[in-house]
Amino acid sequence: MGPSSLAAEIPGSDMIAYLARRLVSLALSLAAASVAIFAVIEVIPGDPAAFMLGLNASPETVAALRAELGLEGGPVDRYLAWAGGMLTGDFGVSYTYRTPVADLVADRLAVSGPLALLALALAAGLALPVGLLAAARRGRAADVAVMGATQIGISVPNFWFAMLLVLVFAVNWQVLPAGGFPGWQAGAGPALAALILPAVALALPQAAILARVLRSALIETLGQDYIRTARAKGLSRGQALRRHAFRNALIPVLTILGMQFSFLLAGAIIIENVFYLPGLGRLVFQAITQRDLVVVESVVMLLVAAVILVTFLVDLAYAAVDPRLRHRA
Amino acid sequence: MRIGFGLGILLSLAALVAALVSFVWTPADPTAMAIAQRLQPPSAAHWAGTDHFGRDIASMLMVGARTSLAVALLAVGIGMAVGVPLGLLAAARRGGLIDEAVMRMNDLIFAFPSLVIAILITAVFGPSAVNAILAIGIFNIPVFARVTRGGALSLWTLDYIRAARVAGKGMARISLEHILPNIANLLIVQGTIQFSLGILAEAGLSYVGLGAQPPTPSWGRMLAEAQTMVTLAPHVAIFPGLAIVATVLGLNLMGDGLRDALDPRLRRAR
Amino acid sequence: MTLLRLRDLDVAIGGTPILAGVGFDLAEGAVMGLVGESGSGKSMTALALMGLLPEGATVTGRADFAGRDLLALSETALCGLRGREIGMIFQEPMTALNPLQTIGDQVAETLIVHGAARRAEARGVAAERLARVGLPQDRFPLSLYPHELSGGQRQRVCIAMAVALRPKLLIADEPTTALDVTTQAQILDLLTGLVAEERMAMLLITHDLAVVSGTADHVAVMQAGRIVEAGATEAVFRTRAHDYTRRLFAASAHRPDRRPPPPGGEAPPLLEVRGAVREYRLPRPGPFAPHPALRAVDGVSFALGPGESLGLVGESGCGKSTLTRAILGLDALQGGEIRLAGVPVGPGMDPALRARVQVVFQDPYGSFDPRWRVERLVAEPFHLTGRPDDWRDRVGAALREVGLAPGDGAKFIHEFSGGQRQRIAIARALIIRPDLIVLDEAVSALDVRVRAQILDLLAALQDSHGLAYLFISHDLSVVRAVTDRVLVMQAGRIVEDGAAEAVLTAPRHAYTQQLVAATPKIPEDWM
Repeated sequence: MGPSSLAAEIPGSDMIAYLARRLVSLALSLAAASVAIFAVIEVIPGDPAAFMLGLNASPETVAALRAELGLEGGPVDRYLAWAGGMLTGDFGVSYTYRTPVADLVADRLAVSGPLALLALALAAGLALPVGLLAAARRGRAADVAVMGATQIGISVPNFWFAMLLVLVFAVNWQVLPAGGFPGWQAGAGPALAALILPAVALALPQAAILARVLRSALIETLGQDYIRTARAKGLSRGQALRRHAFRNALIPVLTILGMQFSFLLAGAIIIENVFYLPGLGRLVFQAITQRDLVVVESVVMLLVAAVILVTFLVDLAYAAVDPRLRHRA
Repeated sequence: MRIGFGLGILLSLAALVAALVSFVWTPADPTAMAIAQRLQPPSAAHWAGTDHFGRDIASMLMVGARTSLAVALLAVGIGMAVGVPLGLLAAARRGGLIDEAVMRMNDLIFAFPSLVIAILITAVFGPSAVNAILAIGIFNIPVFARVTRGGALSLWTLDYIRAARVAGKGMARISLEHILPNIANLLIVQGTIQFSLGILAEAGLSYVGLGAQPPTPSWGRMLAEAQTMVTLAPHVAIFPGLAIVATVLGLNLMGDGLRDALDPRLRRAR
Repeated sequence: MTLLRLRDLDVAIGGTPILAGVGFDLAEGAVMGLVGESGSGKSMTALALMGLLPEGATVTGRADFAGRDLLALSETALCGLRGREIGMIFQEPMTALNPLQTIGDQVAETLIVHGAARRAEARGVAAERLARVGLPQDRFPLSLYPHELSGGQRQRVCIAMAVALRPKLLIADEPTTALDVTTQAQILDLLTGLVAEERMAMLLITHDLAVVSGTADHVAVMQAGRIVEAGATEAVFRTRAHDYTRRLFAASAHRPDRRPPPPGGEAPPLLEVRGAVREYRLPRPGPFAPHPALRAVDGVSFALGPGESLGLVGESGCGKSTLTRAILGLDALQGGEIRLAGVPVGPGMDPALRARVQVVFQDPYGSFDPRWRVERLVAEPFHLTGRPDDWRDRVGAALREVGLAPGDGAKFIHEFSGGQRQRIAIARALIIRPDLIVLDEAVSALDVRVRAQILDLLAALQDSHGLAYLFISHDLSVVRAVTDRVLVMQAGRIVEDGAAEAVLTAPRHAYTQQLVAATPKIPEDWM
């Protein structure tokens, strides 16, 4: 008779093994995603240079562009060149702007990135207390109110909500800017002021989803045997909720939080249109109309990589919360 | 929650009826422009007012319902048609290579939000309503595959499945005869959720110009066009938004009601 | 001194009466058993005392405990009492602990939450209490998580948690029902030792008369929400004044009338297992280490003659389920072979061969597709033989044979009780007239009286159809009642093989001796 795992004898060894497995799968996911994106953008249209120039371009112009953008060679060579370039920070050259895509993207990311993070923080910060309150007061007035409000919250399209916010806060009350972005060089104050309404518009519907997930996860957890054990030890309902149910309920909540990041990124791209923010969204929509495939490809890769990276971080968070995972192969 | 379920059915039906009726009747011609009548507030003649071309917004909303419902429904169809068989297969071969491959592919598709898929498709093929269906539909595939696999996995451990194997039934037959009927509830509920998410996604895509193209009316594009007008005539933006909220809310309430009604834990007590 | 005086306890949940007029006295330092079948209200009585009844429950009555009426206390007062003056442990140790918290923290929490100690000090007490329940620090440090422990070890942690503050009363609700018999004996020893040492009173809730007879000074027998008989254990068990107590005893000692075993030797064996080996791959210990293998079945050989009843006994994890799956032809072996009527058995076996063996599983609730009608469920094995035109008549006949009405075929499974469901499972196994039925813990989930009926039915069917049974169970007494010969399995191997009576009364192998000794028994002279 002894502990059924020897892992306790070598502290940290499971965690390292877990991390190693996750890192391998992270690299594989990124590689697979890049192949898929490359296939759609550069293989399906045939010759990307000809596609970008349109039907009337002469063969000489096409060849010149192909050389300029480094699009020569077969698909496999081009993929390797593209993927290899990305690893060193070289995303290619934009056909319309004639500047390195990396610089373009970095500029725009300075708007979209903070927006998505701000929204995520806002959503989580709102949802946690609200979800806890609803679960603790299950079936009572506070719970009913939260459930009703969140039911509407998850039904509202964020860009429409953004328009209403502009109408109220920028047009009627004139307390916040209706759109545009002064740039970070104008100081953190004005820049953040320009991001407040977009972040709120993005965050509220996500907070509604998160609060509902947290509430139902908590209620599910409160029905578990170990909560009864805790109550038999003398913990009050509230103590059992805080000390035992909350951490266990975090596991499904983390899953949703990770998935929400991808919705927030997509949402940010749409919301940028409402507020005329110079973010990745504006960049990619312009690139689509101008057939600037190199820019589209890079931005899409960046978005997908961000989602994959967040999934990876969520996996690590699982392991931090749940000791059982660190043992599983 | 009975009231919620009833309200959900009512709102969902309202959207469906509006879409169907629009094929034979609308209050006015949704494409008829009348610049003199532009941006009129709601009135007896124009229940939801008129837009910047003087078109009747109520009529446009009815026709727009068709686009929204059709795109979301087809996207759910794609997700189910591909995702459910994949999920059943993965569960039948749980722990094996096929399962691993299906799950990895799921994770990969999950990394592509439907907006990103729409961007990819549109960049290569140009914008159209079909893009929206494909983009949302592809994103639905891993959702249904996961729900199916999860539900099926818990069933595969049950003794009645072992009894069926002892009766000589194969993986495919067991999946169809025992697994699928017993996860149908799960799929119906998930289908409702994806349907309502599809309507939101379609609105977002057509708002940024990746979805339905003119002259096909769509709620998302009406909002895009309303954006510059919103300070002059808020009703131009408010009504299409309300249409989306009401439909999505209705579907969500209906989904919750269905889940409660179909919950096996509640059924057993009956 | 009376510690707990319970009077006129009535409980209703959502208007449905659950308990009616339950009352008993429990003296300081005494052990009282509360026995009854499932649904009799034993656990509800305990939860009512703890103030932990499900929402929507209404309680009336009086429970005087150390000068206070438990049923009248406020929630705050109850929180101060639970864990400090009354400790409780539950049936399912696998889920009773918070999976995300170390065992040390969970035991220390009892002290911290009652303000009895600061954190560092509480951990010291936790270490000491864990050592007392058999989990010494050198092998079971406070930093272990529940998933690193076995079921019996987890139950020990629960006990340490419940007795950390030396309560006056310990309520143990089926504390060993989920455990193997040898673990059960250890846990019962631990509990009785603790109770004596700490001068605690214990309310032991169980369905098992033998467990009560060996542990409790007093006993109360419950049926349908009432206490039908109570008193000193020996007196109650010897006299059995109440009819229900008598029926419980008769059922738990029941041995069906069986015809003598068929003369062996002449006929070739129906089932022959030779050197069967089945391994599972375990997770790698490190990222580059090879997968270690677990030999679940390790060179098992035996034969089963036509019409014979063979028992296979072993504790959980001994490999009997794996062996069962191989015999049913669901999983392939990695070594050795299994032959049915001389033909090899395996996943690709011929339907006609597969039709010669059928199975009845343990769980009457998971054994049937809830969406199928009973007639379709019972007819499912016809898939092997082709469904005859008169299949409905045959289903009706099979239902009649197992004591149900032919009309029951049109119903759904949720309309039947647990015992009826096992009858339907037997009808399903019989429908294609197999030579062998594997009974995989087929009566383990049933209450004693229903179990006795099902055992009678099985004996009668064996007689009329000349069936062979492979009876797999963890319960020695049941196996002894219904089989001619028994195999004892441990860690993937058959360690003993012989006539049931001989193996179970005079075991030769050390493991069998241990099993037999650990099995709780009602003293012979009480019977």
